[in-house]
Amino acid sequence: MICILESTITMQPDDTLPTTVYTPESQIRSPVKLAKAMWSDLKDSRELAWRLFVRDFSARYRQSFLGIFWAFLPALLSGIVFIILQAKNVVNFGKVDIPYPVFAIIGTTLWQIFSESINAPLKAVQNSKSMLSKINFPREALIVAAFYEVLFSVAIKSVVILAVMLFFKMSLGLGLIYSIPAVLALILLGMALGLFLTPIGMLYSDIGSALTVFIQFWFFVTPVVYPPPQSFPYSLITTLNPVSPLLVGARELMTKGIIINVSPFIIVSSFSVIGLFVAWIIYRVAMPIIIERMSS
Amino acid sequence: MSDVLVSVDNVSKKFCRSLKKSLWYGVQDMTSEMLGRSGERELRPDEFWAINDMSFELKRGECLGLIGPNGSGKSTLLKMLNGLINIDHGRITLCGKIGALIELGAGFNPILTGRENIYINASVLGYSKKETDRKLEEIVDFADIQGFIDTPVQNYSSGMKVRLGFAVAAQMEPDILLIDEVLAVGDKGFIVKCMNHLWKIKKNGTSIILVSHNMYHINAFADKAILLNKGRVDKQGETLSVTERYDNIFQEIELNKPINECSMTVNFKKAFIDNNSGELHEFILTGDKFSLNVHFSITHNLEYGLVIGVTFRANDGQIVAGFLVKRDEFRSNVEKGNYSMSVIIDNNLFLEGKYSIGVSAFNYDYTQNLGFAEPIAVLNSKTINYNPLEFVGKVLLNKSVKFVKCT
Repeated sequence: MICILESTITMQPDDTLPTTVYTPESQIRSPVKLAKAMWSDLKDSRELAWRLFVRDFSARYRQSFLGIFWAFLPALLSGIVFIILQAKNVVNFGKVDIPYPVFAIIGTTLWQIFSESINAPLKAVQNSKSMLSKINFPREALIVAAFYEVLFSVAIKSVVILAVMLFFKMSLGLGLIYSIPAVLALILLGMALGLFLTPIGMLYSDIGSALTVFIQFWFFVTPVVYPPPQSFPYSLITTLNPVSPLLVGARELMTKGIIINVSPFIIVSSFSVIGLFVAWIIYRVAMPIIIERMSS
Repeated sequence: MSDVLVSVDNVSKKFCRSLKKSLWYGVQDMTSEMLGRSGERELRPDEFWAINDMSFELKRGECLGLIGPNGSGKSTLLKMLNGLINIDHGRITLCGKIGALIELGAGFNPILTGRENIYINASVLGYSKKETDRKLEEIVDFADIQGFIDTPVQNYSSGMKVRLGFAVAAQMEPDILLIDEVLAVGDKGFIVKCMNHLWKIKKNGTSIILVSHNMYHINAFADKAILLNKGRVDKQGETLSVTERYDNIFQEIELNKPINECSMTVNFKKAFIDNNSGELHEFILTGDKFSLNVHFSITHNLEYGLVIGVTFRANDGQIVAGFLVKRDEFRSNVEKGNYSMSVIIDNNLFLEGKYSIGVSAFNYDYTQNLGFAEPIAVLNSKTINYNPLEFVGKVLLNKSVKFVKCT
């Protein structure tokens, strides 16, 4: 069904030419070859990914007045809403051991990072439909470019977080540096989930719509604007929700420099890495099938 | 230089007619791919073979012309060769770097300038920044857009976009080049430039697979050709014989659906061509005399007169000749009844080929169309010693040539 890309070099009398063979056999059947092809395509896609990132970046900001403000405005606004609700006692989320505004804004910002990560792969592939169906380039480039875009938006958001922490006279410790891998794990989890949904999402638009609705719902069952509940059954929010150890962990590192509950954090992080790899294989294998259905 | 660069063995590809099923089959295919099941499965409901059991070989420096009516599977084959879609049966082996001119300028961003887009496009095609730096000037020269290089691409004319796309892609030095109908756009000067460029890389050893509807390009360029029809190889082999067969298919298709409006005042019944002495022939030789006979009926008296128009169309749909039959006695008040008209043409100027004949009727000052039928007949013209590369166009001019060197 799928084509195997053999990059074996066949020796010929006059010159050496790389030979490409396409057969109907599944790529999964030759895992070593698949792994090699994935690795070399990832290497080949670095420069292209950078170009695509710069293209989307400069095109976006050339057509926009507010520019980078869009990177943190949604998180800031929803954070402020919850700050007001809490301050006016409309809702009571319980006690947090740092100033609530800092707690809420870091939470909504981290959540925005996660939701951007989960949406990024499908969005990137959908925007490149016409290119995908006409040019054979390493498909990894789209995902890597999407990753760069998320990183860029993280960089902008971190300025806001720093500003908020300084405003509330919190000490900026080494925890801020330690939180970088935690934020990275959050991005990887989002991108793994997003990439996993991309092949089906390219065929059925339901996936994209469902994702939007589901993320809104997910926001409320994640300890973003409230501390992790301790009493059963509400504690399930922390134990069953994979985002919660990463988000809570990253926030704890930023504000306190330690993670209180380490093992769930480690488990989810490692599963994110493995998940991303599996999603990558599915994405690669599925791409020719999707392109065929798109253009037919 | 006789090594085989492209070899396609018994390749087949299925497509699905219904979108809903196609998407669902897509999900099934993805699942079986992931489970490592390789199925040369049978056709599922609503599927058909878009390419059926196709085989050919292409050597270094050779050009294969791929022709066929729309939807015959040409682009599908190119997509499989380019690795964009999977094959369902058979095997494709390609030696060397593959380049494809399938859609020029895919990946152009309209907001960015020409220069920025050159770098992006080159990068998509697999070039590093350094290589592009080196070739930038050549690209801009080839595309002929010097003054607009820092203008956003959205302000380019469509011709400029195509030129820029080709110029970037033309800088590739692939071993195998796939070209899909990209020469159809762009002005005459640019097409000549492109053709010359293709000649150059072909001579340097690039194997080319060329999809085109322009038989002149195919005849001039391809060493061999394949005619595809409904996913099957209809004819394969020496270029001239394949393009001739294509012209025939094209005519057959056209004549199968004549248009004849019945509700009009003038009804064209039939038309035929004879050699002017009443004998019907299969063809008329170029240079010979022939006559066109048209039978029609008029349903009620025509107060404002009658004019009959006749057109000859070549197989590409272009009108190559036409005339009006306008007579003083038909200026006004033409009675109803059956009529026949016979037009004698002294000298058949048409070059070898089939020409579909259309007729139409107007009132005397052309303000109203009274009836038409197209195609109503076919002129099958034969030219002695015909060769599509030596006889270009549709008509043969009688000529005498004087050729001197000026001092």
